[in-house]
Amino acid sequence: MQDRAQKLLAAVDAAPTARRRGGVVAYIYAPVRLWHWVNAAAILVLSLTGYFIGTGTPATWGKASGSFLFGYIRFAHFSAGYVLSVGFLLRIYWALRGNANAIQIFCVPLWRGCFWRELYHEIRRYAFLTVEPERGLGHNRLAQLAMFFMFTQTITFMVVTGFALYGQGAGTDSWQYKVFGWVFSLWPNSQDVHTWHHLGLWVIVMFALVHIYAVLRDDIMSRRNFPSMK
Amino acid sequence: MGDGRETFYSVIRRQGITRRSFHKFCSLTAASLGLGPLTASRIAHALETKPRVPVIWLHGLECTCCSESFIRSAHPLIKDALLSMISLDYDHMIMAAAGHQAEAILEETRAKYKGGYVLAVEGNPPLNEGGMFCIDGGKPFVEKLTSMAEEAMAIIAWGTCASWGCVQAAKPNPTGAVPIDKVVTNRQIIKVPGCPPVAEVMSGLVTFITTFGKLPELDRQGRPSMFYSERIHDKCYRRSHFDAGQFVEEWDDTNARKGYCLYKMGCKGPTTYNACSALRWNGGVSFPIQSGHGCLGCSEDSFWDKGPFYDRLTTIRQFGIEENADEIGMAAAGVVGLTVAAHAAVTAVKRLTHRPDRPADKGKPS
Repeated sequence: MQDRAQKLLAAVDAAPTARRRGGVVAYIYAPVRLWHWVNAAAILVLSLTGYFIGTGTPATWGKASGSFLFGYIRFAHFSAGYVLSVGFLLRIYWALRGNANAIQIFCVPLWRGCFWRELYHEIRRYAFLTVEPERGLGHNRLAQLAMFFMFTQTITFMVVTGFALYGQGAGTDSWQYKVFGWVFSLWPNSQDVHTWHHLGLWVIVMFALVHIYAVLRDDIMSRRNFPSMK
Repeated sequence: MGDGRETFYSVIRRQGITRRSFHKFCSLTAASLGLGPLTASRIAHALETKPRVPVIWLHGLECTCCSESFIRSAHPLIKDALLSMISLDYDHMIMAAAGHQAEAILEETRAKYKGGYVLAVEGNPPLNEGGMFCIDGGKPFVEKLTSMAEEAMAIIAWGTCASWGCVQAAKPNPTGAVPIDKVVTNRQIIKVPGCPPVAEVMSGLVTFITTFGKLPELDRQGRPSMFYSERIHDKCYRRSHFDAGQFVEEWDDTNARKGYCLYKMGCKGPTTYNACSALRWNGGVSFPIQSGHGCLGCSEDSFWDKGPFYDRLTTIRQFGIEENADEIGMAAAGVVGLTVAAHAAVTAVKRLTHRPDRPADKGKPS
């Protein structure tokens, strides 16, 4: 494993600085692109329904038996949660199975000097102090850092706390509670887990803002014929 | 009080209760514990043969609401539980002895029934200033608690005080009150949280321990699974309004009169494990939500600090100002949004002003 990780890192470092164009890149990226959009859709559904679950909906009228609004909202939240979780597992599999770039959002080489050099360069670029990007293919170091700490970590946290909370509803004998119930050893009062899960939503919102801006900006500035949103 | 060697059956026979009534009682107890039909005869057998279990009931920092709840138990009737099933040898609230005579019972029980008595603790010990905030029989309560815990067969933490800390352990906790599992660390403690716990939960647990002579199945947090494995929310009779999206918006609005779900009024039912919505209170008459008020979550850890009671989202004080997750999140997202907008503006300005440089960039990786 250690050996493999080092090989991967070497491959990342050896990656060409110019963005390749055409079919090769598209082929390598295909599974990740597919995951990306499924994941994005799931996050959109989860954020909207999650917000409503946290604050409640305006009251519906008539008999309780004639309406299932909150039930459907929660159903959508749980379904999207499952989609996101399965997608995330596949993404982890792809990180181990795919090319060197696929592991970037899971493994940040904080212990390497060149990482910090490139990070510093990237900060200078975003601060308009330089125009040249350091790396062409894959995430730049700043993006990698944000991906790891704001996206990968947060999603992991959301999946774990989400399943723990789901386990409460599914019952203490459900597999969700058995697998993720340890969360309630950290926070015995699940109200805390709700609060943290809710704060996680806003971390994802912040990430999405920066992420979409950075992608749009990069597309406009570089005028590539291979839009990163494909 | 009693020498603890009498059986439950011999005591009630002496009180003039018939064998028929005794078996009725056993069946009712088995039914109220949700046990199978054969268990009634096992209970009867146990109560006929096993000596009554001596119980030492200690009071630390507390308000006696647990005792108040306990003496209102209907199934089994508290009279049966107290006078026949157990031998309540020491309890500040309802013992005949006083002073040195009372304190002597503790030492006597500790020596005579080594590993054979049940220690029930109501309230908790304060640790600050060497435990001086709760002096009991001339000594800090914490000393009495730890010494009696050493030789007990089972230790029950009555109520939220003993289980989680409750109001005296709420921030800023000036007396340093801690739940009893923080001072009795080497023993399994049965937590029966609630402020107070439901009467039938308390008497049901006592019946279980005296009948089977063992601890009931406990959950991850040390609570008896038979009473604490479901949330108030899971058995709430207003659950259909929750699923329908029918919520009370303000106290005394039309929705409140219609008995809609109190979720938006800060009801903590969805995060509270207790038996209120299943057993209800005062012999099954009602429980808070049935009387139109949300659950406060009194049986959960540090429920006083998860306020306000009337908001769905918890106030987060760590940020210096009182905000909830949504307010903090929106503020942070707003700051990020503004930063992004500012960066975009600078980018646009740069692009416009540096247009002559563009040919120099050509051919460079982008």
